[in-house]
Amino acid sequence: MIAVTVSTSSAVLVGAVFLACAVEMVEALTIVLAVGHTRGWRSAFEGSALAILALGALVAVFGPALVHVPLNTLRLIVGSVLLIFGMQWLRKAILRSAGLKAKHDEDEAYAKAVAELSNVGPGVNRDRVAFVMAFKGVFLEGLEVVITVLTLGTSAHRLGLAASVAAVALVLVGAIGIGVSRQLSSVPENAMKMGVGVMLVSFGTFWTGEGLHVRWPGSDAFLLLFVAIYLLVVWALVGVLRREAPTPEEVRA
Amino acid sequence: MSRFSALLRRGVVGFGRFWWDFLVGDTPELFLAVVATIIVISVISVAGHASAVAVVVLPAMVIAALVISVRRAARH
Repeated sequence: MIAVTVSTSSAVLVGAVFLACAVEMVEALTIVLAVGHTRGWRSAFEGSALAILALGALVAVFGPALVHVPLNTLRLIVGSVLLIFGMQWLRKAILRSAGLKAKHDEDEAYAKAVAELSNVGPGVNRDRVAFVMAFKGVFLEGLEVVITVLTLGTSAHRLGLAASVAAVALVLVGAIGIGVSRQLSSVPENAMKMGVGVMLVSFGTFWTGEGLHVRWPGSDAFLLLFVAIYLLVVWALVGVLRREAPTPEEVRA
Repeated sequence: MSRFSALLRRGVVGFGRFWWDFLVGDTPELFLAVVATIIVISVISVAGHASAVAVVVLPAMVIAALVISVRRAARH
């Protein structure tokens, strides 16, 4: 029974961290590729490397500190943050799936970054503009990954596992991304975002409850029921919104 | 000293702004819904029915918050 429950929560944790990391990595990589192709790879790599170091330092500083917070308090805070964060992701993904919000287009993001960089003159020694843009892109996208890794990892007492999964996703998505170069728009980003949103809301519900002394039937296995329920709700919401959305003829009229 | 305090102030303001944007941003209804959920489940816990009732009420409130937020966004 213990083995079953441990593997259930671990599997959901691994899936959530990997998908969240992969989605954010695709967005960061688009910026880095735009910087590299337009201004040269040296500044793009230096900016990205410094951002990854800064994010690693954040995990190293705040990770061990969070372990000292009483477990119920930690789970209540983390659960609440995950609920808000997860619902924000789900809301966006639902609206995009229903066609009520434009999908995040990596080709468009790439073209925008290239246009921005092309308007600035070249740097003298080190290309400061390219360095800052690569740093900001990787750091800001990575910050969401750090929050996911820290909150999920510490609450489940598996910070090492969460950090390792994030590192694997970083290397894997980085390698694939560099390989496919400018074809990142073919990544099913919205579906991945929806999957992460469902898992974050499931963990958020579970830990908010645990923090408030709720005992879930079946312990960690109850997480899977949350995943199923929220998937069903998302599917129903997308279906209803698609039916209600005005047709092109109605919009023209 | 004044330069240090200005830098510190900027850092604190930036930190606060990050968390405000992260947790509230353009979806204040989701933030308020989570606060309301915590209050309701705490009250249920005090009444001594935490596990039995909260198992249903907690996810139901989360689903309601998500539906309201999505419907609100769809209307705009």
